[in-house]
Amino acid sequence: MLRILHQIFKVGTITEPLASSERFDVLGAQLKTAVRQRFQGSLAIRLVDAGSCNGCELEIHAANNAYYDIERFGMHFTASPRFADLLLVTGPVSINMKTALEMTYDAMPSPKLVVAMGDCAVNCGVFGKGNYAIAGTVADIIPVDAVIHGCPPSPTDLIQGILACLNDA
Amino acid sequence: MTRPSRNTWFGERLSDQGIYVQYLDDHHPVHMPCLEIRRLDWAHAAKEAKRLEMRLVAVWAADANKRAGKDASERRLCTYMAFAHPEHRHVLLRTELSAAKPEIPSLSGHYIAACRMERSMQDMFGLNVSNAFDNRLWIKHEHWPEDSHALLRAFDAHTPLRPEPERIGMDYDYVSCDSECVYEIPVGPVHAGIIESGHFRFLAVGEKILNMEERLGYVHKGIERSMQGRTAQDGIALAGRVSGDSTVGHAWAFAQACEYAANLDIPPRASYLRGVLCERERIANHIGDIGAVCNDAAFAFMHGQCLRLREEMARLHQEIFGHRLLMDAVTIGGVASDLSGDMCQKLIRQTLDIAAEVEHLRAIYADAPSIQQRVIGAGIVSVVDAKDLGLLGFVGRASGHYSDERIEEAYPPYDDLIIPVPEGKLGGVSTRVWVRFEEIANASRMVIQLLETLPEGEINTVWQAPEAGVSGFAAIESWRGEIAAWVRFGMDARIDRYFVRDPSVINWLGLELAVRTVPVPDFPLVNKSFNCSYSGNDL
Ligand code: SF4
Repeated sequence: MLRILHQIFKVGTITEPLASSERFDVLGAQLKTAVRQRFQGSLAIRLVDAGSCNGCELEIHAANNAYYDIERFGMHFTASPRFADLLLVTGPVSINMKTALEMTYDAMPSPKLVVAMGDCAVNCGVFGKGNYAIAGTVADIIPVDAVIHGCPPSPTDLIQGILACLNDA
Repeated sequence: MTRPSRNTWFGERLSDQGIYVQYLDDHHPVHMPCLEIRRLDWAHAAKEAKRLEMRLVAVWAADANKRAGKDASERRLCTYMAFAHPEHRHVLLRTELSAAKPEIPSLSGHYIAACRMERSMQDMFGLNVSNAFDNRLWIKHEHWPEDSHALLRAFDAHTPLRPEPERIGMDYDYVSCDSECVYEIPVGPVHAGIIESGHFRFLAVGEKILNMEERLGYVHKGIERSMQGRTAQDGIALAGRVSGDSTVGHAWAFAQACEYAANLDIPPRASYLRGVLCERERIANHIGDIGAVCNDAAFAFMHGQCLRLREEMARLHQEIFGHRLLMDAVTIGGVASDLSGDMCQKLIRQTLDIAAEVEHLRAIYADAPSIQQRVIGAGIVSVVDAKDLGLLGFVGRASGHYSDERIEEAYPPYDDLIIPVPEGKLGGVSTRVWVRFEEIANASRMVIQLLETLPEGEINTVWQAPEAGVSGFAAIESWRGEIAAWVRFGMDARIDRYFVRDPSVINWLGLELAVRTVPVPDFPLVNKSFNCSYSGNDL
């Protein structure tokens, strides 16, 4: 136990102020002030991997590390779509995941936000449109409020993208 | 570099058995040859391989490659199988199927691991695997139109598949149990955490898992088909995204298969740098997974520390190689960027620091009863089962199955290094974690040695694609284990078939065995200790 405490003190606080990023587009004119107010400073995010290579997931994990500490912005990842405010989607939407993605979206209460993360989610990336196994981009399947570019987007891109999506209106 | 001579060991053994073999000239490298056999010898050859204690590497199909401009629709199908022997390396066998009735006997009687690969082959090519004990669909999910076989030339690969209305709602025929005390738990494809998509079906009695069945294929994105028609340079970005956490491993396997096909040696400096990238990837992933295992047993301290170390590595990767996860760092013919002396020093320093920190954390982990009680004895795969399945990488090494391509294939730069093998036997979560700790320490030493003895010279060779019809095969030890890649070139230097077998294809089978009789709440812990790739499996 002492060693654990010692290690914690030795490392200290490493959380950094959030750097800036330009790698996102907020699309949502539909984001109403009312929607923002509903979150009351706490945003529950449900992630769906709709066909990603797992690179984007690694960066989502990184956004939870002590350097970025996404939770300090009131964002946390939740297991159930039933009480999620925001749906984060990675990957091109595979034809085998399309139904699961739609069901997850439908299971969320309104109002709900959708953020497409990574080049795959935005434009099918390296896997390409015109591919038998890919139903389309995320926006082809469900309404999308913001997109974050990058392969994968860095944790900074991700957090800034979500914040921008919330602040825009 | 001295070129190894043709590997005839398995061919001679097959001839002794009266199996006629013919070495294919349009396949490289010669130390991993491809032998044409007769179709009627297919299962017999596998039986002989089993008797010789060879490991099944992969089974796949391709259309036969007739260079003499035959109409594509008339091309027959070929099936391939690859085996490896610890002392006698890899051998590929190929046979041609009948055009009228493409059918091949199953190998699953000899090698259980063949089963899912054969099912993929049926899904993708519409051929028939006879005598298989499992004929269910695998990658092709139930809603696909029945006649869609995505790797057949005639298939329209450019239009997204339209599910057939009457097939929607058809369910997969899961293993089930009629007993009243057995209940089912369906999990996924959308999982609770931040992980990839796939379905697990548990049969449980009380707290204990009776059986767990995996249903994968959800993140299938047509990678093999999408590779067709790309040049090697264009294809490597795709290969590097087969599984994002093993981007170096997959890009290297793809590049090496192409380079073998083209008979191209890469400069020593480039192979050393690839080694550095691959070992750094190994360290980063093991650190991340050790943290995740601990987190699933509520030892969050370790998770926090491991995420921190992993982040530090990602930042240095961004600074030096231009990508946090090292994507696109391996190129066809070499590597993307060179290292200055300064950068080498930085990498050495950080690798030393991280290795020391991990050792420190390891001592804390070993001393913490709360985590030890959870990991010791959980999720065991026996030595017999591990050998039977041919479990790969650290999963195999935790269960007495020590295949390591860095030693067996000894491709550069590993022919210049000593690679210690952590010899685990107990096969549980704690052993897999132990192997990972050992591998972090070993990989750190390798990174430092590679950087300290980095040869001078070029980091790239000029790429010259081979002529149409030539194929190459490579086996690379990624952090999860052996990645096997086979690439065949077609006209205009374009790839005409790419097959890749991620180690997860095999190791997923190990997970199913490991969780039997494990309490349901321990499943995440055991699952994390394997951390198989969904994307690498589904392609
Ligand atoms: S954007 Fe890049 S990292 Fe993310 S899923 Fe696609 S290929 Fe992988």
